[in-house]
Amino acid sequence: MKELSLNILDVTKNSVTAGADRIDITLELSEDGWLRFSVKDDGCGMSEEVQRRVTDPFYTTRTTRKVGMGLPLLKLAAEQTGGQMRITSSTEEGKSGTLLEATFDTKSIDFMPVGDIVSTVCILISGSPDVRFVFRDTTPDGTVGIDTSELKAVLGDEISLSEPEVVAWMRDYLTEQYEERDNKNVNMEETK
Amino acid sequence: MKTLAELAAIKARMQNNVALRDGEAGIRVVVGMATCGIAAGARPVLTAFSAEVEKAGLNQKVTVTQTGCIGICQYEPVAEIYEEGKEKVTYVKLDADKVAEIVEKHLKGGNIVEEYTIGAIQK
Repeated sequence: MKELSLNILDVTKNSVTAGADRIDITLELSEDGWLRFSVKDDGCGMSEEVQRRVTDPFYTTRTTRKVGMGLPLLKLAAEQTGGQMRITSSTEEGKSGTLLEATFDTKSIDFMPVGDIVSTVCILISGSPDVRFVFRDTTPDGTVGIDTSELKAVLGDEISLSEPEVVAWMRDYLTEQYEERDNKNVNMEETK
Repeated sequence: MKTLAELAAIKARMQNNVALRDGEAGIRVVVGMATCGIAAGARPVLTAFSAEVEKAGLNQKVTVTQTGCIGICQYEPVAEIYEEGKEKVTYVKLDADKVAEIVEKHLKGGNIVEEYTIGAIQK
């Protein structure tokens, strides 16, 4: 994986597979350059046994082969910057779900760029249009985000979030937010 | 700035089209998006399929969807084309340029781009 956003695309699919109704994807960059990434879902959760084994490359839920590299790759990406990955999960009925957190030191030479996060978010939403996705990317310069429940409220049930025109709108919606945040950043740099 | 009001306009425009599409025999493009696919470059391939289909005006005829591991990880990024009454076509080792060609020649023109299919690679 060359971009952190590719890992995010990969591991967030686990929440979809877990049957989540709502998935929160959060990126938070602090002033000191540490990036915290989390995915929180209300899916079926994992037993303690599974939780222990998910970072083992030779454990997988896939049926086509015996290796599963999704979480081990994210763990590696975090740890090689000096950060870590943590999984908290519950299978308790009524409050089941999983929280996956990873921290990265963006100042580390081994930190992968986040990359095309807009594509990642659009592909996740269009791939599972009935899941509520709440995406937030916060830096000291501001927050970029999308909550698909707001889109659903406008579109109703008959127009799916996987419709190409809707996906194109989402892409522009997020891209514009990023441009605005980055411009603000540039303007601030200039006035310094 | 993109607004939710624009989304409402898209909805109004689409409601007519959705009714139209139900009657048509569609083509389904399925891109493998498991770890193997993503690591090999499936994300830009999927994005390219969506963009090229839109550009070619094929939204009514073609749907682009995702699936997990197809089982031929060494050939990723992989896309399968399903069309009613025809045999499935499997394209392998894709990139955005190949996708543009496939949309133009196969999805629009109806001619399979043999050199990118799994049959051509395995020979």
